[in-house]
Amino acid sequence: MKKSKIIAAVSGISLLMLSLFFMSSDHLDSPSVTGTSSDIADFYAFEGDNPDNTVFVTTLQGILNPGDVTNNATFDEDVLVEINIDNTGDFIEDLVIQAIKRGDTIHFFGPTVPLQTGLESEIVTTGEYHFVRISTTEETFVKNENGMSFFAGPRRDPSYFDVNRFNDIASGAAAPDGFFPPTEANDFFEALNTLAIVVEVPNAMLGNAPTHVLETEGNINGLPNAYNVWVTTKRKK
Amino acid sequence: MKYINKKAKRILILFILLFTSIIFVQCADDYDNGNAIVPDPTCDDGIKNGDEEGIDCGGSFCPPCGEESIDFSGVFVQKDIAGRPGANIFFGASDLLKDIFNTTEVSNREEFQTSFVETLEGYHNIYAVAMELPEEELNYETNILNWDANTFAKIMARFDALQVAPNGPTTYYDANTNMVFTGRKLSDDSIDITLMLMFGGTDGTRFDGNNGTPQLTTDAVDSGNRDFSLPFPYLEEPLNE
Repeated sequence: MKKSKIIAAVSGISLLMLSLFFMSSDHLDSPSVTGTSSDIADFYAFEGDNPDNTVFVTTLQGILNPGDVTNNATFDEDVLVEINIDNTGDFIEDLVIQAIKRGDTIHFFGPTVPLQTGLESEIVTTGEYHFVRISTTEETFVKNENGMSFFAGPRRDPSYFDVNRFNDIASGAAAPDGFFPPTEANDFFEALNTLAIVVEVPNAMLGNAPTHVLETEGNINGLPNAYNVWVTTKRKK
Repeated sequence: MKYINKKAKRILILFILLFTSIIFVQCADDYDNGNAIVPDPTCDDGIKNGDEEGIDCGGSFCPPCGEESIDFSGVFVQKDIAGRPGANIFFGASDLLKDIFNTTEVSNREEFQTSFVETLEGYHNIYAVAMELPEEELNYETNILNWDANTFAKIMARFDALQVAPNGPTTYYDANTNMVFTGRKLSDDSIDITLMLMFGGTDGTRFDGNNGTPQLTTDAVDSGNRDFSLPFPYLEEPLNE
């Protein structure tokens, strides 16, 4: 079946299916990635303590209970985590930062022009290259090199969301009330950990930012130029 | 050194010893500072030092030992993707749709726009039924950013990336400064912002639980006791049991 037909067919029954939501996000992703080593939990991009830098935070494999589950959680040597940066405004990656595990270390490549854009990637080993030892629940390792900073390891989950109540809202079970009042609401992620990869990069390495997409597509004026950034996980064929 | 007399030499040695011990104490302090470790820049000096497990390998800062050249070859295929928080959470409608979304390029999402509009209306239909109104009487209302359903769905489906402004401020939404999607900080309540854009109508308060409306503009949880003021890597250490 063509993809467009699948989308049309599936969206018709979409709300019935909402009740079948699984946790994890994307933190609320589909079962085929949820709980796997390629599951992205969340993604953040913000100005660093040094205002000339941008920080990229990717959390993976959300829903790690403290203790053995967190201690035993590992990155996957077959999963490439790729931060994509569009600096021309066409939503196609112009630069990538690639991260992959080898042994007890995460190796970082980029920011660099990718060998190809789109659904398949190869690691660009010819440009900017750094690595950091993977932190544990006991020890934190940070690498600062060439104006960049690197971290990989378990951290407390920074996301906060009443996931269970949202599932009830999506299924209709919470109608007509909606979300709980603050005294009854429950932050699903409050006591959970996640695996994080954090990279801080000088903006000078990211090129000039394009016109903000909301200026052209959202009819909003006065926004600063902005890169378009997203993260993907890609598994070795 | 031969021009220095014995007494001066003794004083000099004393100074050197004293100075060395000061450096030592400072290093020890650094190691005691939380669980942060000071970088060891000696991975290419040809000797086994620091906490290296071999010559310039192993330990906290050097590449693992026993790997002559690390293999980074191969082709990697997309399994998951994340841009803005909420695109797939709130609009992904089904596991099948989410899977297709996750394995699609950002620049190739035109087909999702229609289904995102349907999903947005679907949420409203649920509440029409619950509030005993005809479905056509309770629809998505143009939101506080003046986006109708098509514009909103287009931005969420076809332009699903985090925007991040190199010349700050970086925020998911700040009504005070009129900044929208210029970044996403750890402290930004992106869930509430998305809910407000979906259910808040033109003034952001349409379904806020008041006047007999359902509470859909906030999940009513905040970041609790999380600390978002930490230096790099900005995230808190993992919780223990």
